[in-house]
Amino acid sequence: MKKEFIIAGFGGQGVLSMGKIFACSALMEGHEVTWFPAYGPEQRGGTANVTVIVSDERISSPIISQFDVAIILNQPSLERFEETIKPGGILIYDGYGICTPPKRKDISVYRIDAMDMAATMNNVKSFNMIVLGGLLKVVPIVNTENILQALRDTLPTRHHHLIPMNEEALRKGMEIVTPLHTL
Amino acid sequence: MTSTENKYILLKGNEAIAMAAIRIGCDGYFGYPITPQSEVLETLCNEKPWETTGMVVLQAESELASINMVYAGGATGKRVMTSSSSPGVALMQEGITYMAGAEIPGVIVNVQRGGPGLGTIQPSQADYNQSTRGGGNGDYEVIVLAPASVQEMADFVETAFDLAFKYRTPVIILSDGIIGQMMEKVMLPPFKARKTAEEIATLYPWAATGRDMKRKNNIFTSLDLDQERHERHNIHLQQKYATIKEEEVRYEEIMTEDAEYLVVAFGSAARIAQKAIEDCRSEGIKVGLLRPITLWPFPTKRVAELAGQVKGILCAEINAGQMVQDIRLAVEGKTPVSHYGRMGGMVPTPEEIAEVIRKQLVQE
Repeated sequence: MKKEFIIAGFGGQGVLSMGKIFACSALMEGHEVTWFPAYGPEQRGGTANVTVIVSDERISSPIISQFDVAIILNQPSLERFEETIKPGGILIYDGYGICTPPKRKDISVYRIDAMDMAATMNNVKSFNMIVLGGLLKVVPIVNTENILQALRDTLPTRHHHLIPMNEEALRKGMEIVTPLHTL
Repeated sequence: MTSTENKYILLKGNEAIAMAAIRIGCDGYFGYPITPQSEVLETLCNEKPWETTGMVVLQAESELASINMVYAGGATGKRVMTSSSSPGVALMQEGITYMAGAEIPGVIVNVQRGGPGLGTIQPSQADYNQSTRGGGNGDYEVIVLAPASVQEMADFVETAFDLAFKYRTPVIILSDGIIGQMMEKVMLPPFKARKTAEEIATLYPWAATGRDMKRKNNIFTSLDLDQERHERHNIHLQQKYATIKEEEVRYEEIMTEDAEYLVVAFGSAARIAQKAIEDCRSEGIKVGLLRPITLWPFPTKRVAELAGQVKGILCAEINAGQMVQDIRLAVEGKTPVSHYGRMGGMVPTPEEIAEVIRKQLVQE
């Protein structure tokens, strides 16, 4: 098993943290992982992306240009990464602020209105965990319990009281992710 | 910290350097922040090793101050280090040649970014020449280790200190923005106590540990106004470098046994090239990878041997063509040697390198 993910959106949306929690839980389940961010001038409001590879064998290149799964959280990222999804791959996108929906017919497309749900939940910061919930529903590569353990491991202790809220966000994400076009 | 014992954890390369330094008994770190390596200093400050192992962590006022603190710390027999990125390491070159001249051990980590000048903050391998040819003056060499994974970032800290003290020489860990910023699983080295003053006095009689009446002063300088004596010192240095060349060459080979074509790449470029090689192998192209782990001493003999086996060699680097010169010196025209690289912070994809293997290497 080897799956290559790109997670892309605005800086400040929690793209890198979401990738880290995901990678950390995959590691707990005994997989090889690499997490490589587009680091540098990325900032709040700019674009941010991270490549996560999960594999059962030693991973050679952390740098790749084609992906099995793309999680797209804004219009500029959709324009940049839609074409990089392998035929037969998966695109999950947040509908908020997307003016031009994805066009590919040779991939499965899922929509998750995580931004709206985060607003409904009155907690904007839960956005990335809602998206992660959606991802885990579509690609159940790690189990929820390990995601929560990864959260406990990566969050400073002073934020541990937020874990139940994150669990709720994951569950919501699993509920609201909707297939638009499946192969 | 106990939760990280004997298990794999997820760390950035820069974080692994810092965590490993604390564990292997490093005495001091002096550094100045610069992207893409600032997490080294940041992690050390978060871990507060001065409260546990007694390791000193200091944000110096500049890279010049950092390297000269390493000079002084090393002269006292302490295991001290600094880290920076390309333009910062350029500033340190004077200190490095002074350390080489005065035979002072120390570790310098370079998490490279694109140059020349202040350049960019994205990954690069354009400091190969700076590291292996000496950015400083005079006839000196520096041992250069090139990690290709987060695990090697952690492991090479102790290797670098061991070599630095074995040969009384500065050692560079030449990493880059990819290995520094990426996260992978890593098993940190077990805790080792820092060396005591008594151990240092016994192990390193050359160190400036505070003179008692029984021995002469241990003075560290690279200046000698007696040219005959200074030539003898130079000859001694060259003999030391000859020993290092003989005994410390390290490299890794992947799928070279039956290789008809060879890719030579180091550090992050070796990871990218390996994916290209896997893809080419699946198409039936018999191509292998040689990854120099020590860039100096360079695996000259092994490259020369493989040059007799293969029909062509491609050097893939994230620069305009630097290590390719060492390959050509080793190959001595026995087989064609070509180069592929990207510059200025751009990183080649595995597909790009695979295409060069198919179109350029195999066609030649």
